[in-house]
Amino acid sequence: MSADVELQNISVTFGNFYAAKNVSVKIREGEFFSFLGPSGCGKTTLLRAISGFLNPSEGKVLISGQDMAGIGPNKRPTSLIFQNLALFPLMSVSENIVFSLEVRGVGKLERQKRAEELLELIALSGQGDKKVHELSGGQRQRVAIARALAIEPEVLLLDEPLSALDLKLRQKMRTELRAIQKRVGITFIYITHDQGEALTMSDRVAVMNEGELEQVGLCDDVYDYPHTPFVATFVGENNAFYGKVTSVQNDLVNVESSGINFFAKAGKKDENSNHSFSSGDDVILFIRPESIFIKNDNNKLDNTFTAKVNTIEFEGNLKNIYLKMNSDMSLKFSVPNAVDTSELSNNTDVELTFSSQKAIVLPKGALAVD
Amino acid sequence: MNTFYKKNGPLISTYFIIAIVFWLVFLIIIPQLYMLDLSFRPNLPPLLRGGPDDVHTLVHYKHFIFGSETSQDNYNYVDIGVFFNTIITAIFVTIINLCFCYPIAFYMAKVANPKSARLLIVSLIIPFWINELLRSFALRILFAGEGVINNVLIGSGLIDSAINFIALDIALYTGLTYAYILLMIFPLYNAIESLDTNQLEAAKDLGSSTLRTHWRIVIPHAKAGIASGCTMVFMLTAGALATPVVLSSPNTYWFTQLIYQWFNMNDNWSRGSAYSILLLSVSVVFVLLMMRLFKVKIGEIIR
Repeated sequence: MSADVELQNISVTFGNFYAAKNVSVKIREGEFFSFLGPSGCGKTTLLRAISGFLNPSEGKVLISGQDMAGIGPNKRPTSLIFQNLALFPLMSVSENIVFSLEVRGVGKLERQKRAEELLELIALSGQGDKKVHELSGGQRQRVAIARALAIEPEVLLLDEPLSALDLKLRQKMRTELRAIQKRVGITFIYITHDQGEALTMSDRVAVMNEGELEQVGLCDDVYDYPHTPFVATFVGENNAFYGKVTSVQNDLVNVESSGINFFAKAGKKDENSNHSFSSGDDVILFIRPESIFIKNDNNKLDNTFTAKVNTIEFEGNLKNIYLKMNSDMSLKFSVPNAVDTSELSNNTDVELTFSSQKAIVLPKGALAVD
Repeated sequence: MNTFYKKNGPLISTYFIIAIVFWLVFLIIIPQLYMLDLSFRPNLPPLLRGGPDDVHTLVHYKHFIFGSETSQDNYNYVDIGVFFNTIITAIFVTIINLCFCYPIAFYMAKVANPKSARLLIVSLIIPFWINELLRSFALRILFAGEGVINNVLIGSGLIDSAINFIALDIALYTGLTYAYILLMIFPLYNAIESLDTNQLEAAKDLGSSTLRTHWRIVIPHAKAGIASGCTMVFMLTAGALATPVVLSSPNTYWFTQLIYQWFNMNDNWSRGSAYSILLLSVSVVFVLLMMRLFKVKIGEIIR
């Protein structure tokens, strides 16, 4: 069984500090939903409010429409996977997995049967008698998932459970988590600061900053149509050109930045409407590194400009080229490894081009700080 | 050894080794061996010591079991009774101490914020600046027939006549429990503090009640601390002298009081030694039992 989770105007305060500020979001039944944000943005606070370890100062948590106020973590239909997993080191793997059944007074035989089922689900059959410390990092991860699933929760909450794993294992676990979610069909609420994790696994993501929701939407929408400068720079990478609006024609905004004129779409304000601009507005134009190309006969888009190569960085599948436009503006673009960049030596001028359809104009605001 | 020297330098290393060897050999091993030997020798006036009569004998251990030769009883009921009474009472005091200290230690380690935990620790320590004898006398004043506790109970109408806390040995048990409370709280506190708080939350999230979380998660984690606290409290309680002298009822004897009598009042060091060795043996057996019961190794207890 699966449940929807609704946060209604949740605020959590510690003294004068707002860990979460007026957060409202509806997470659908059976959805893989991620809260994405930098550390300290309040995403863990929200998770603790959903799991019941923390009472919101204001607002309501509804699970399947039922108000959870006054209901403790042990009585909610949720299960939480901790960042450090919090497996019980003195118990065997099986004992860990069926601990939730043990505390509910389920008999030994039935517990054993359930443990075997769950061990099979996480591909650890026959390893139930091992101690937790005898398992590898990825195996422990899977045991934590099995333990959380043993009581058949309606909602599974995951607090950055992959952050301690190395890159390869993390990538493998993403796929595995997603597959487990599809198999059990319950709502997963996932907390992460890693946008790669959020985008690859989730149906929808909520981007958070300083306790507030910046944007909630489908992964590609959040990536392609960020609503705020913070989202534009926190999710994926982006070049930011500060400038002023010179003219507006339909949805295309003309922005002047360091003496160059650019055309770009007006960014979305919310799901249904775009930001509207008028001449003289302070704005930021965002263009992603992978949407900028070297101008040549095959690639001539509606924005062109010149910049000076500063450094070229090799990243395996990509080459990142850092350029300077003038004293205070720099940018980055990426080309696949196969592209010949031998002509781009340091301090040479290069002509670049990008499509106005790939660029977005947003009102001036704070960027995500690296 | 080499790495020990390299790490601490020759001067400090040599000092450590000399200090530890001196402590172990001269202050512990030699006196105890001397007492062990003495316990197997007859009680002779100084002039006869080392003479033909100074042979090894079990006379003092026999005395503990069978009593003096002039006695009418088959066994030395008085001494054996005192001995077992001391051991059993010490076991109960240890258990009461554990039950009393565990919640406090858990509260300090996991519930209280750091500031109030520190305050609590300080307020536990400060009373122990007063020496044991004075604390025992203070308790005697509290528990006396016309003492504060009786006056309050009578004044509030809860009881009609004074309770004789001393004769009922309530004062003694309270005093003994209180005397070594810190030696129980701190090992427990250290052990519980090292438990990952997420484990408590995980257990709760999985539906565990508070009691079961303690039984399945906290106590197994803290068992080395529990064993360490229990052995220390048991040994010190069984070996306490000041508190029983001040607080026990006139007809309750503590085994250490017997030992004291043989050494000091009857001037029979051999018998005193034999009785001390008996107490020591039981204490060691108790430690080994605790280790077996809690499945901990000696290294874990010390940690």
